[in-house]
Amino acid sequence: MSEQTYEPKIVAFLCKWCSSAGSDLAGVSRIQYPANATPIQVPCSGSVSPMYILSALKKGADGVLVSGCHIGDCHYLEGNYLARRKLHLVKELLQFVGIEENRFRMSWVSAAEGAKFAEVVKEFVDDLRPMGPQEKLKAKRA
Amino acid sequence: MSEKRTGVFVCHCGNNIAATVDVKKVAETMAQEGTVAFSKDYVYMCSDPGQSSVIEAIKEHRLDSVVVSCCSPNLHEGTFRENAERAGISGFTCEIANIREQCAWVHKDRTEATEKAIKISRSAIRRVAGNKKLDPIAVPVTRRAMVIGGGIAGIQAALDMANAGLDVVLVEKLATIGGHILQLSETFPTLDCSQCILSPKMVEVSRHPKIKLLTYSEVKEVSGSVGNFEVKILKKPTFVDAETCKLCDDCAQVCPQVVSNEHDLGLTARRAIHIPFAQAIPASYTLDEEACLGLNPIRCGKCKDVCEAGAINYDMRPETITENVGAIVVATGFDLYPQEKILEYGAGNVADVLDGLQFERLCSASGPTQGHVKRPSDRTEPKEVVFIQCVGSRDPAQHCAYCSKICCMYTAKHARLYKHHVPDGKAYVFYIDIRSGGKNYEEFVQRAMEEDETVYLRGRVSKLHRTKDGKVRVMGVDTLTGQNVEIDADMVVLALAMQPSQGTADAARTLKIGRDKDGFLAEAHPKLKPVESVTGGIYLAGCAQGPKDIPETVSQASAAASKVLALLSKPTLSHAPTIATVRNSHCTGCEMCVTACPYDAIHLENGKAVVNEVLCEGCGSCSATCLRAAISVRNTSPMQVHEMIEACLSL
Ligand SMILES: Cc1cc2nc3c(=O)[nH]c(=O)nc-3n(C[C@H](O)[C@H](O)[C@H](O)COP(=O)(O)OP(=O)(O)OC[C@H]3O[C@@H](n4cnc5c(N)ncnc54)[C@H](O)[C@@H]3O)c2cc1C
Ligand code: SF4
Ligand code: SF4
Repeated sequence: MSEQTYEPKIVAFLCKWCSSAGSDLAGVSRIQYPANATPIQVPCSGSVSPMYILSALKKGADGVLVSGCHIGDCHYLEGNYLARRKLHLVKELLQFVGIEENRFRMSWVSAAEGAKFAEVVKEFVDDLRPMGPQEKLKAKRA
Repeated sequence: MSEKRTGVFVCHCGNNIAATVDVKKVAETMAQEGTVAFSKDYVYMCSDPGQSSVIEAIKEHRLDSVVVSCCSPNLHEGTFRENAERAGISGFTCEIANIREQCAWVHKDRTEATEKAIKISRSAIRRVAGNKKLDPIAVPVTRRAMVIGGGIAGIQAALDMANAGLDVVLVEKLATIGGHILQLSETFPTLDCSQCILSPKMVEVSRHPKIKLLTYSEVKEVSGSVGNFEVKILKKPTFVDAETCKLCDDCAQVCPQVVSNEHDLGLTARRAIHIPFAQAIPASYTLDEEACLGLNPIRCGKCKDVCEAGAINYDMRPETITENVGAIVVATGFDLYPQEKILEYGAGNVADVLDGLQFERLCSASGPTQGHVKRPSDRTEPKEVVFIQCVGSRDPAQHCAYCSKICCMYTAKHARLYKHHVPDGKAYVFYIDIRSGGKNYEEFVQRAMEEDETVYLRGRVSKLHRTKDGKVRVMGVDTLTGQNVEIDADMVVLALAMQPSQGTADAARTLKIGRDKDGFLAEAHPKLKPVESVTGGIYLAGCAQGPKDIPETVSQASAAASKVLALLSKPTLSHAPTIATVRNSHCTGCEMCVTACPYDAIHLENGKAVVNEVLCEGCGSCSATCLRAAISVRNTSPMQVHEMIEACLSL
């Protein structure tokens, strides 16, 4: 696939309280951003298991985004600390299996940061494009 | 296995969604999904006919679950879950696919947006296929409330709730309730005296059988959640028994320690043992331990010797008090933006340059000059006074970006009060705009200009300094005439910005409620939930939430009180049943989840994890750590999430 036609597919895990609300605000403010990321609302970024990230890559995602409340602002007190610690390990794991660690990204977007959410998606898409499709973990479907 | 029968309802939202997303195609594509038994699109799903059609379809097509592809779940999840209940199926088998905010409104390309809407809808369908019927969990409620902050906002909220029969704990940081209003002289737009407004309410608080007043106290720890909070409060010792104190002032007469008086903003001094002001509630002297020569060991002891009532007790110690309440109103108020930060106006070091509250004290009959406006430097009557508006406000580059909202009004009031005290004086006001929205507010400003002959100059003051002959030279521009203006004033009053009080920042941290970009407490929704915080059971009132005047503060306080009353009107609250649940067969008792849970909601019983239904908030931290996939949040099981991921990648 050439760079022009290749559109990275992203699964975006958004916490209900901050990032999902932030992406709603991007909508309310009509801030345009690429359609590559499909959102899944989760209660907390801390509820995103590393298994979900691997599962997404296996099912053909080119990138995975996990976005939560700012550190210290977690609706569930400390869920996003857990997320940060746990998901840091995911990066190492990806490197270990030979996948660009930048295919996985975490961001902190509050309910007031619609513009930031749009920016995060835009940047992620821009960064994924030169990497080309992710094939390594993608299961060969029968 | 019984066959799943999901109904899909795709909303056009007028043209909001339909303009970018091919809604017909979404509905048709969803009809192909294995679990979908019915699918349609409609112009306004949330309208009355739209909602009725959901109910009818559930009944007619024996649907067991529903997906509505429409706007954000924050808007209509509740609506459609109610429809599901009305049609006789569990509300928790209804999920929203957000194809408006997260799709139609942020994309232009119709093909791309339609594809994304299909993926979002399919993901919701896959999720709902695994959803279980759930019933809300009834949690008993503690029918008491707490108010933090005893300014007019806190006082109003406490009285409203207490008068409706609720037990209220009012926690105030200082030795008396009252807040900033007690520092004011008269109040716009009626020029009635602030003490006359507030003192009767303060007395009512102190006598109210339903109000427990904790002054000199601060909240240190909060646990629990809506309906059942446990709050730990630290009450500092006052070393004076309020019941016994006769307010004779004998102690203060002999106290050798003199410090600046906060109530008069440093314009007067007080003793270490003092009463904040005559009408303080509780009516008692307080020994300020920091200012005292020393209590341990006793270095002075004069006050105790002289107190005939025997009210002074040096052995008082800080006390930790635990209160259980169902709801909390935060009313921790404002501070003025520090004058030290305004370098161009001398950073607080130029004599006779005062802030607005200091000027209030000078006008007040109970103030340092008994209501005669005099310069602090030489106690002469100022004949020319310059008032500068917007100091620190509307200045995103250096100070606060926001408008403090009340300064136009209180500056007009200051000019008028000054002219009433010094009829032959001259008052100048530098302003950027006059914002006088409010009942009788514009008329009030007009009176300042016309009746009281205040000179309004539109423009900024660039700097000011003290002259050799003891005046303050103010250099500004009048942008209407384009002329530079220089005034040698006897006194300058700065209308400093309002900022959230230090106590507001402290309370927000302890309660874990959000603050906005300026540090004010964040409301749950700027229009529809202006007195709710994002955290259930915690409400906001007064200047802690944003700059406002007394009428607006009182309205918000009463609104917060009525929200609490509604919340606590029933003996139980329903707690979302979407909480963690354990598959015993898979649990090995490793306790990973126990450590991960931020609410201490999990413990082991017979070697298996057990979740406390009331404490669990459903955050899912446990499920993300469990290596055996033994614990997960109901209706967000790992199986469901994997299915959703697949749907998101299906095109
Ligand atoms: C110069 C000036 C003039 C004004 N003139 C007028 C006027 O003429 N008319 C008018 O309508 N409005 C006027 N206002 C506005 C008015 O003062 C406010 O609207 C009002 O005081 C707000 O009340 P509040 O209860 O929200 O806050 P505050 O009065 O600030 O009260 C907050 C209370 O909470 C306490 N507190 C803070 N933190 C904590 C904590 N962590 N724990 C426990 N307690 C805590 C504080 O000690 C204080 O007692 C004026 C304001 C200024 C600055
Ligand atoms: S982490 Fe999983 S296996 Fe370990 S105790 Fe908790 S539920 Fe059981
Ligand atoms: S979902 Fe799990 S971690 Fe979160 S509160 Fe409930 S039991 Fe604790």
